[in-house]
Amino acid sequence: MTKIESHIPQGPITDKWSKHKAEIKVVSPANKRKLDIIVVGTGLGGASAAATLGELGYNVKIFCISDSPRRAHSIAAQGGINAAKNYQNDNDSVFRLFYDTVKGGDYRAREANVYRLAEVSNNIIDQCVAQGVPFARDYGGLLANRSFGGAQVSRTFYARGQTGQQLLLGAYAALNRQIAKGSVKSYPRHEMLNLVMVDGKARGIIARNLVTGEIERYGAHAVVIATGGYGNVFFLSTNAMNSNGSAAWQCYKKGAMFANPCFTQIHPTCIPVHGDQQSKLTLMSESLRNDGRIWVPKKKEDVEKLRAKLKKASEIPEEDRDYYLERRYPAFGNLVPRDVASRAAKERCDAGFGVNETGLAVFLDFKTAIERLGKNVIKDRYGNLFQMYEKITDVNPYEEPMMIYPAVHYTMGGIWVDYNLMTTIPGLYAIGEANFSDHGANRLGASALMQGLADGYFVLPYTIGDYLSHEIQTPKIKTDTPEFDAAEKEVRDRIAKLFSINGKQTVDELHKKLGHIMWENVGMARSKESLEKAIVEIRKVREEFWKDVKVPGKNEEFNQELEKALRLADFLEEGELMARDGLQRNESCGGHFRIEYQTPDGEAQRDDENFAFVAIWEYQGEGKEPVMHKEPLTFEAIKVAQRNYKD
Amino acid sequence: MANIFTSSIGKKLIMSITGAFLVLFLTFHMLMNGALVFSDEAYDAIVNFLGANWYALIGTVILAAGVVIHFIYAIILTLQNRRARGKIRYAEAKREPNVEWTSKNMFVLGLVVICGLLLHLYNFWYNMQWTEIMGEHTNSLGMGPKDGAVMVRDLFSHLGYVIVYLVWLVGIWFHLTHGVWSMLHTVGWNSKVWMKRLRCISYILATLIVGGFALTVIIIYIQGLM
Amino acid sequence: MNFKLKIWRQPDAKSKGRFETYEVTDISADTSFLEMLDILNNKLIHEGKDPVAFDHDCREGICGMCSLHINGEAHGPDTEITTCQLHMRKFHDGDTITIEPWRSAAFPVIKDLVVERSAFDKILQAGGFISVNTGGVPDGNTIPISHDDAEESMDAAACIGCGACVATCKNGSAMLFVAARVSSLAKLPQGKVETLRRANAMISKMDELGFGNCTNTRACEAECPKAISISHIARLNRKFLISRFKN
Repeated sequence: MTKIESHIPQGPITDKWSKHKAEIKVVSPANKRKLDIIVVGTGLGGASAAATLGELGYNVKIFCISDSPRRAHSIAAQGGINAAKNYQNDNDSVFRLFYDTVKGGDYRAREANVYRLAEVSNNIIDQCVAQGVPFARDYGGLLANRSFGGAQVSRTFYARGQTGQQLLLGAYAALNRQIAKGSVKSYPRHEMLNLVMVDGKARGIIARNLVTGEIERYGAHAVVIATGGYGNVFFLSTNAMNSNGSAAWQCYKKGAMFANPCFTQIHPTCIPVHGDQQSKLTLMSESLRNDGRIWVPKKKEDVEKLRAKLKKASEIPEEDRDYYLERRYPAFGNLVPRDVASRAAKERCDAGFGVNETGLAVFLDFKTAIERLGKNVIKDRYGNLFQMYEKITDVNPYEEPMMIYPAVHYTMGGIWVDYNLMTTIPGLYAIGEANFSDHGANRLGASALMQGLADGYFVLPYTIGDYLSHEIQTPKIKTDTPEFDAAEKEVRDRIAKLFSINGKQTVDELHKKLGHIMWENVGMARSKESLEKAIVEIRKVREEFWKDVKVPGKNEEFNQELEKALRLADFLEEGELMARDGLQRNESCGGHFRIEYQTPDGEAQRDDENFAFVAIWEYQGEGKEPVMHKEPLTFEAIKVAQRNYKD
Repeated sequence: MANIFTSSIGKKLIMSITGAFLVLFLTFHMLMNGALVFSDEAYDAIVNFLGANWYALIGTVILAAGVVIHFIYAIILTLQNRRARGKIRYAEAKREPNVEWTSKNMFVLGLVVICGLLLHLYNFWYNMQWTEIMGEHTNSLGMGPKDGAVMVRDLFSHLGYVIVYLVWLVGIWFHLTHGVWSMLHTVGWNSKVWMKRLRCISYILATLIVGGFALTVIIIYIQGLM
Repeated sequence: MNFKLKIWRQPDAKSKGRFETYEVTDISADTSFLEMLDILNNKLIHEGKDPVAFDHDCREGICGMCSLHINGEAHGPDTEITTCQLHMRKFHDGDTITIEPWRSAAFPVIKDLVVERSAFDKILQAGGFISVNTGGVPDGNTIPISHDDAEESMDAAACIGCGACVATCKNGSAMLFVAARVSSLAKLPQGKVETLRRANAMISKMDELGFGNCTNTRACEAECPKAISISHIARLNRKFLISRFKN
């Protein structure tokens, strides 16, 4: 059994990171030039890490599946990025950001990591400003802020509803600068399909050139996984169509342990599903909850009329509306954390108050805000989101409230990493959404961008040096070795097997089956029965997949069906691990809601005595049950309490 | 500095500078023509002034160079642009809203302008300045090279010529409506606010210049009828 | 709704392409254009045919991955959207829809409707950045930036790099793309420092890569899914000419 050591530095939480930085080793410029690093994924984490490592003088190779690093799904983040600048003088601080994040994560995150995240949050804003990110400004020329769920201060920096895009373009620009200098080499339209280990260390990857189908080998002294989350297990999610968990999953199968796979974030404000042909769900930014009020009708007859389209939402008088978040959580109102808002929406819809034909939607209404601030202010703040909504639904949200419903958005779980962001495989790092470290059981809005950039700009570039300082004697990694041969063969065999099946079902059809099982049984509300059922059913679909999938074409060409099939093969295994993890966690916390464990008024009931740990899963081989390890979570700086957003 | 004109924007700068110069020339030309409406003597005085004198000759050479450079660069840019567009064309292409037909057909309009120009040079320049340069005292029409007013009145007594010249002027008008704001845009004198204003100015300027020419032609024709 | 689709098929960069006609039936008006293509592809796979390759990713109009020239327009009918945001309600039942890849010498076809847009990356690598390293930067509030400048910078920064401008331009020019980046950074004090160098480097690279010359037709602006104004091109022209004059 591998020993799990989190390497959290000793001492008070406020000093841990500075102390650690002082103690870890650095690599001299002359030696950095001799060291190669592979970064897989070019979202906020990957791009910022690759750029920074390139600036430091390492030889970096980056891989992305899109035609350009700029397409990574970080680009779609809308609302903003948190930082403890306290520019608004509302008594924000590093500690408060840290506290909110740990509390928002329902006390299932590693305290030391979160504190570090809060500490470097301010540097991120400065860095992005210096890179030319056009953050919103007040008329005085200083940076503007908005509020986000789970916080009582205004600490979110934003660039209209396109913050993720602007931050990614900043990191991508820094990356481009390094590519031009030659310190970073870019491999777009390349997908990592295997990790290569030599003597127990990560030493390279096998990637498929998505244009030609060639299987290529790349060696390096360290490998960084920055490939995002696995939310597309659910088929329908707010993730991009090509987002996948395969790179991380291949690492898992090579020995990198996987932490808290069941922690999935269901985002409360997405455009509801319209039919069975839908391919993807669209998020409406959480920032909308700043000015939008969520409600359903109080009366069932209004619900009936709405569903039959006999009545418009705007025709329902104030007194017949149930602003259920304001009613249940007076202190935070519409700005409760995502898991709470999602569950409340589900509760109302389950009670029969869903407002569209499917009964799975609630209203997000801007009437009050438009009356208070005027249409122009609302347009300035959310214009692009309103436009997006109208294009998709054909409804004008300035006149009629938006309809929203929760959807899968983010996976807090991921590859387990220590304080240095290194996985259980030496030389293999995981950053951003791909790792598990900072968000516990629920991520607060505007924290994903913060974590991706914190890891990439300010954490990994330091900690990776500590590992690489021991590798300065290692020559360039040769790729004509038996280890590379074996890893490449695994990939070729897998691809050949997929083509050989020639069954009757398309990849999408099988993926929808998996998604349906996941959403029904491992979704917003889970139970022992549903999770057990899921495990059985996922296995069935997996068997079906390997017997009956149809992958057209051949490997040696641009073949999108093959790409999807390879990803689905991994999702079919990840889904099972998620259910398994949910099953062992006999408590409700954050995004993991087990209906057996709730307080009398329907809130998540944590069990700190038995479940204050990170569940870490170790792969045991094909067909064998994985083994679970525990990393106990201890909280020294804050008192663990029942989350309370009521008063 | 020297390599400015090798770049794509540099080539367009050449188009702008020569274009601006030609617009200026057209303005003066139009004003001089106007003299004919009021007085044949005044017009002939101008014709005399712009005969085979050294300053008029230098002016002519510069003007010719302007036209030639404008035309050559138009060809270079058009060929480059066709190459950049690629070998395969869209099977279907819609015209975008707010995009003027003129802007996409400047080269074709330019050809119309050039054809008219050749006729015009034959009609007048060949019979005026060229005759003088050659030291002849009578031109192909059997008139003196300085009898400008007579020559013009003779030509525009033919309805056919009037129509041909008016068609040519319409071509110039279209070319100018895009050309004027476009040249300012190319050198960077434009912004979101000025976009509308510049386009408005283009139309006014094009209409004034072309209108001046056209009126002269029509008035001369009518005067000839009377 | 039922549609007839006339789609450009080309197995790879070297082969010659041609149009093929397909039919799709029972499409709901709320289906997005790309979902309609998903339905077609699943049908083709069942029929033992090769599905149509097309680029797509976020399907919410921000990643810039989707392309497609639909019925003669980049990103299809409807304004200020990308193909992934286009819905079938914008068409009529029984319509024949022509779908082509971006056509431009700088964007060669990879397969069917997928084109190679790495030329855009190369242009940005030439100078589309501010030369700062990670760390050692001043506090974000040190340099005040007027609200209007930040907004104008953001207007230009909204570019998603989809290539609709090049695809639409009759000259295959990338001026709107280059201008958006140059202008966005030029409006900010921290980006201003390098403006001339940046404009020069990016235009030189753009020329080198075989893009055409801008003739101010404004077609790019009309088809840009983010409605980026050609006034940014005027700024780029100005900065570029100053930079070359100074040298």
